[in-house]
Amino acid sequence: MADVIKCATRDAYGAALKELGSRDDILVLDADLAKATKTITFKKEFPDKFIDCGIAEGNMMGVAAGLATTGYTVFASSFAMFAAGRAFEQVRNSIAYPNLNVKIGATHAGISVGEDGASHQCCEDIALMRSIPNMVIINPADDVEAKQAVIAAAEHEGPVYMRFGRLAVPRVNAEDYKFELGKGVELKAGNDVTIVASGLMVNEALIAAESLKAEGIDARVINIHTIKPIDKDILVKAAKETGAIVTAEEHSIIGGLGGAVAEALAEEYPVPVIRLGVNDTFGKSGPALELLKIYGLDAENIVKKAKAAVELKHKLGK
Amino acid sequence: MDENRKKELKKIAVNVRKGVIEGTFNAKSGHPGGSLSIADIVTYLYFEKMNVDPKNPDDENRDRFVLSKGHTAPALYAALAHRGFFPVELLKTLRKPDSILQGHPSMRYTPGVDMSTGSLGQGISAACGMALGGKLQGKSFKVYVPLGDGEIEEGQVWEAAMFAGNRKLDNLVAIVDYNNLQIDGSLDEVNSPYPIKEKFEAFNWNVIEINGHCFREIEEAFNKADECKDKPTCIVAHTTKGKGVSFMEDKCDWHGSAPNAEQYAQAMAELDAAMAELEV
Repeated sequence: MADVIKCATRDAYGAALKELGSRDDILVLDADLAKATKTITFKKEFPDKFIDCGIAEGNMMGVAAGLATTGYTVFASSFAMFAAGRAFEQVRNSIAYPNLNVKIGATHAGISVGEDGASHQCCEDIALMRSIPNMVIINPADDVEAKQAVIAAAEHEGPVYMRFGRLAVPRVNAEDYKFELGKGVELKAGNDVTIVASGLMVNEALIAAESLKAEGIDARVINIHTIKPIDKDILVKAAKETGAIVTAEEHSIIGGLGGAVAEALAEEYPVPVIRLGVNDTFGKSGPALELLKIYGLDAENIVKKAKAAVELKHKLGK
Repeated sequence: MDENRKKELKKIAVNVRKGVIEGTFNAKSGHPGGSLSIADIVTYLYFEKMNVDPKNPDDENRDRFVLSKGHTAPALYAALAHRGFFPVELLKTLRKPDSILQGHPSMRYTPGVDMSTGSLGQGISAACGMALGGKLQGKSFKVYVPLGDGEIEEGQVWEAAMFAGNRKLDNLVAIVDYNNLQIDGSLDEVNSPYPIKEKFEAFNWNVIEINGHCFREIEEAFNKADECKDKPTCIVAHTTKGKGVSFMEDKCDWHGSAPNAEQYAQAMAELDAAMAELEV
């Protein structure tokens, strides 16, 4: 595994913004976190198109909305906790309700923030953003996907919430990977159970699938990078063909990927859905990798849940 | 402005007030008090000051109007209707399911509405973004943003005020509709935002205090705002909540309740009388 490339999706956010910077309509806003959100990569290249709004996220979202009305494509950046949490209502009322062209770059999402602890480990952002009409939500698995997702967000007309991590994570996609907004990606075929993963859990899902194979369970792995609108077709197909689903995400089990998948399947093709995520609890301080283990956000736990899903499928006679 | 023009504006303001009463009466809800207190300033802006064209409501060079105190939409709608953005008859459809006139302003429903507002404190941030956008594009349009005096209790107003002062947004003019009443009572009883003038000055704004019902003072204030460079301007407009309808004046109960049939008739009679007096 020594040759696996590791990169944080926030780094890809900065790099993608820099690439977009030559477009006249692009502006990037931050709330005093440019070095952490990596918008500094853009700022260095395009200082005149970078606007630091200071520690005032609510105002930043409104400023972004106002700028968007004058024709700009605006990227507003902060930590997920403040972008989706503190500024929720500004995002809802000033950006999403008028359907303005603002892209929210939310970094430091989830438990893998690490030592900063629960106050900064936002595990509720997807649930919050999912409930807002007009909002598109992207949670990329690695830097390759993140970079393309940012470009795709810039092309999309309307609000987009992009979720990035602080932690450097293994690259799962090849260089020639093509990101398609709203389309799930089958990374591994399989017929016994489907692991539907998002963000840094996609890599864990692939590792889990290998372990399951050794135990005679043939798991399919799907990467859902666009959580809203969710790719129902790929989910229903997986439900029909494998009869059991495990969702894996670095987010609360309430309202995130697991919620979205369960909701979609309950209405179209009900099969057992076992949700793996942050189990309705707050995080705590510690090294990111240790925390991911402590909160069960790893391949080992996916294997357990996959077995449970298969068992439940058989119990229900599916 | 000469006396004839002043009289014209006064007449339009009566029509705007009638639109407020018409709308809230038909909707059986809405916010007449603050709509009537801001009516003269809205009239001045739409009929004298702002560069807007009802035939081209999305013109990128137009002046912008962001009603941060969005609950007083009836005044904005009446001004837009009389200015020709849509038929005056539509004012009666306020707050109805098929109407283009939402309870609070929505830029996606109503021609001439530049920003969706209503959640207090948010409009001024969007106005800052518009003003900054204009500067970045080298455009000369101005952005006008009325705030409620109660609204400035919202922290976001001061985040925006800090931003506008720091960014020297001299193409931004905020108007505080200072009628001293909010839903739960007088401002200082509820949660005093006083002193208003000094607060905005401390955030590096140019502040002008006026009588918000006097067209001469209104005009002077907006002209002074044009002359001020490197600072946004805040016009603290001393007003009377419910202005123009005797039984609504200075009563916080009329913040968010609609007139019944009898009250509607009396209010319209008073406004018709005011119009008749102007037409003598």
